[in-house]
Amino acid sequence: MRSSSRFLMLMVLVALVLALAGCGGQAATGPKVVKVLAMQQAGPTPEEMNAIVNEFNQKNPNIKVEIEYVSYDALHDKIVTAMATTPPSYDVILVDDIWYAEFAKAGYLWDVTDKIDAQTKEKVFATAWDITTVNGRIYGMPWLLDAKYFYYNEKILKEAGFDHPPATWEELVEQARVIKEKGLVEYPIAWSWAQAEAAICDFVALLYGNGGRFVDDQGKPAFNDEKGVQVLEWMVKTIDEGISNPASVSYVEEDVRNVFSQGKAAFALNWLYMYDLAALNEQESQVVGQVKMSLVPVFQSMAQQGLKSATINGSMGFSVVDKSPNREAAWEYVKYLTSEDVQKRYAAHLLPIWSANYEGEALEALKALNPATPVTVPMFKEQFPYAHVRPKVPYYLEGSKALQLALQEALTKQKTAAQALNDAAAKWVELQSK
Amino acid sequence: MKRWRRVVSTAILLGLMALVLLFIYAPIAWLVLSSISTRAELLAVPPHWIPEHPTLKNYRDILIPGTAVSEVARTFSVTLRNSFIVAGSTTLICLVTGSLAGYALARLRLPFRNALFMSILGVRMVPEISLVVPLYIIAARLALLNKPIILIITYLSFALPFAIWMLSTFFESVPRELEDAALIDGSSRLGTLFRVVLPVAAPGIVSTALFTFLLAWDEFFFALIFTSTIAAKTVPVAIAEFTGRYAVDITAMMTGGVLAALPPVLLALVFQRYIVSGLSAGAVKG
Amino acid sequence: MAQATLRPPKSYSLLQYEIREGILFLLPAMILIFGITLFPILFTFVLSFTDTPLSNPSPQNFVGLSNYLAFLRSAQFWQAIWRTVYFTVVSVGVELLLGLGIALLIHARPPGWAFLRTSLIIPWAVPTIVNGALWRWIYNADYGALNGLLYSLGLIEKYRPWLTEPMRALNLVILADIWHSVPFIALILQAALATLPLELDEAAAVDGANAWQRFWFIRLPLLRPAILVALVIRTVEAFRVFDIIYVITQGGPAFGTVTISYLTYLESFSYGHLGSGAALSFLITLFTLVMALAYIRLLYRPEAQG
Repeated sequence: MRSSSRFLMLMVLVALVLALAGCGGQAATGPKVVKVLAMQQAGPTPEEMNAIVNEFNQKNPNIKVEIEYVSYDALHDKIVTAMATTPPSYDVILVDDIWYAEFAKAGYLWDVTDKIDAQTKEKVFATAWDITTVNGRIYGMPWLLDAKYFYYNEKILKEAGFDHPPATWEELVEQARVIKEKGLVEYPIAWSWAQAEAAICDFVALLYGNGGRFVDDQGKPAFNDEKGVQVLEWMVKTIDEGISNPASVSYVEEDVRNVFSQGKAAFALNWLYMYDLAALNEQESQVVGQVKMSLVPVFQSMAQQGLKSATINGSMGFSVVDKSPNREAAWEYVKYLTSEDVQKRYAAHLLPIWSANYEGEALEALKALNPATPVTVPMFKEQFPYAHVRPKVPYYLEGSKALQLALQEALTKQKTAAQALNDAAAKWVELQSK
Repeated sequence: MKRWRRVVSTAILLGLMALVLLFIYAPIAWLVLSSISTRAELLAVPPHWIPEHPTLKNYRDILIPGTAVSEVARTFSVTLRNSFIVAGSTTLICLVTGSLAGYALARLRLPFRNALFMSILGVRMVPEISLVVPLYIIAARLALLNKPIILIITYLSFALPFAIWMLSTFFESVPRELEDAALIDGSSRLGTLFRVVLPVAAPGIVSTALFTFLLAWDEFFFALIFTSTIAAKTVPVAIAEFTGRYAVDITAMMTGGVLAALPPVLLALVFQRYIVSGLSAGAVKG
Repeated sequence: MAQATLRPPKSYSLLQYEIREGILFLLPAMILIFGITLFPILFTFVLSFTDTPLSNPSPQNFVGLSNYLAFLRSAQFWQAIWRTVYFTVVSVGVELLLGLGIALLIHARPPGWAFLRTSLIIPWAVPTIVNGALWRWIYNADYGALNGLLYSLGLIEKYRPWLTEPMRALNLVILADIWHSVPFIALILQAALATLPLELDEAAAVDGANAWQRFWFIRLPLLRPAILVALVIRTVEAFRVFDIIYVITQGGPAFGTVTISYLTYLESFSYGHLGSGAALSFLITLFTLVMALAYIRLLYRPEAQG
């Protein structure tokens, strides 16, 4: 029986090793650790976010913030898989506008309605509060107030003989034809039409510019009406004609920025952060000094009705995780990150949510903050009122995936625009009834 | 005439070999060249096949924290370490428990031996995706998510059946007389296994260790689902997560790719004798 | 497998002792293996009849067969199955042919064959995710090597996007998989070729059989077990393909590269429907096990005869 006793010892050893490995890495006493999940795409760069974390940690020796980043397209799934752990893997998460309904319903987010004083409530844009509010309760601080802006390469336009950017999509097509004929660039406009949320953003901007709507007043899908079909058909046509870069079907925002920054596109639709990186950053861009912004165009028919612009609202907020053991410490960090002071100092890729900054003397100060803000701040004031939000529903993600599929099916000629959009609308109705 | 035919056939064989080698090395070359290019050269059209200004800066950025402001640098070396811990522990556990089980299956007269062997083979074929949901639920309840231990445990689901399968093959090839001599001398089974069988089967153990390590190093799906912070994130997950910044951070991606590929490739090349013998053992076994 | 043994027959009690020892030896591994697999599979089965959300992951809301029925009626499910089968058949088929070719090439021992064998190890050892990232970069529409190569050779006039058409994207993912996996098959088969008895081959040559006949009638039948092993492992791997798709196309364009594993991932962890995700994964398990059983029967037949 000697063998079996030895054998038992071995088993115990294995169990010990397993147990030890399991205990490893447990934090002892010390500062409260607040783990933050953010993204590395649009908005401030990870390096800027790290700098803010360092500032905060130095000012708050009893709290230690640790921040991690994933790409936007991995963010949602990362959050939902992390939330099942007790305690959750993160204490603070970056939440996109369109996920708030889903996350609030799932109980992931800490209700901070009572933690926000009247003064704060007052000083932040009302539209910003809409981002983090679900059914009248506030689930976080708005952080990134963003919309897609229209960028153009002034040098290319001049060489083509145009002294102004297009005001309508029809005008854009005309200018693009000339640019293409003169061989200035192969494909005048680049879009983010990959099978991702980015495609929905571009589609919504175009949709509202054509007088369409995402959903109607009853919340029923309206993106598949005549207006929506026209828009999608237009998208397909611009690719066929070689005006839109055919690779757009595989692009997200960073690809668009890359193509535009290399001088390979005359027009692009992208978030605010691209201005600094494409227009001013020598390391990132070959077209420094040539980049201008203007209002996102609309279709002719709507321009005749007096509509000046239409774009997508792509805002995000930072929220505290409800099951976090360090909710108060986490909230401190969220407040710091979204504070007026920090937002002003890091305003190159993200503009403050604090409305007072956009009036009178404060506006001049805001414009003078860094080399980008003289352009981006006035542009924000002009463009943001035309930004449209996507529906705030708990099933948004799945519905959006269906619409992404529809866009791609039409763009890759699997289905007609009408057929694809109708199928997506049917899916949307089905999700609603669940 | 005959000699001429021989020359021609050798030439054809060499030509075919050149084609295969090109197919193997062209993507590798592109990977390595991308990792030593500057971003500007990488974005050249048509590509600079040979970088005009080769640089090791990308490696410095990714490996030495503090040399670059980049976020890649901070997380990559940590995930590299996680991968070593997870793959190493998985291999160790597989070798210990796998040796015992493999030996029993190879040598002992067990009535349910065949059924057991079949079911181990069957388990080896169960796709990860079939296990992930319940394992995720259990791990969440036991608060094991996001710790290396959950990866080590779940990796056993595919690595251990594999290790048992291979080890039993190797043990079967150990001459029985050696064991019998030891057993007759009064050595216990366990003693015989450790003192007689394992030393003789050492090359097989090395093979098995290599394969198990490579399997665990390569694993992505469990790591994607079960880890979310750098506390346990492994290299494959880190690389996949950088695809969002792909268009921009391509040099970092390719540098990370080279670094992630280096440990398994070096191991496999250094111990290639064992890889080849392991593969043939698997094939002969059937 | 027959245990031809030189040992003297043992008494009944000795056999019993051996069995008891065997159980002890097997116990740790069996507890681990079946704890990590069997229990979860049963759990999956239970879960597949529920409507459990990811946000509250304990089995709840019994819904009967409706998860299964919904999939059987869904076009997306059948398309994913079709794509998975296509991926598996094409990638494994091509890999087997190429792998066999390379194995025969090595076996012909041209000068430098050892270098070729060593080289094969590299793509095989490169992690799947790195392989995916690499090929995604090769296929890049604006700067990729594929565009660069074809352009430099004058085969295309301008760079073009490769991953914007569903079927082409699927085929390009298959190509990336082939690069990674051909070496595995080639290495297994060349190892098996090396162990084949030469006498038969030589005798046939003396009898006037040409190279093709010798390959088809002598080597190939002898290679059968090795080919089957390679097939089993690769088919099962290809059928569950996920990693490489996650990195290269993320299922796009137009879901053109969504395989059954990818669909399960989407259901469970993007949409948060653990219940229907479980139903899908249970179906995959069934498929795989049926396949595995068929293979195991094939595998064991020759040996039982021998």
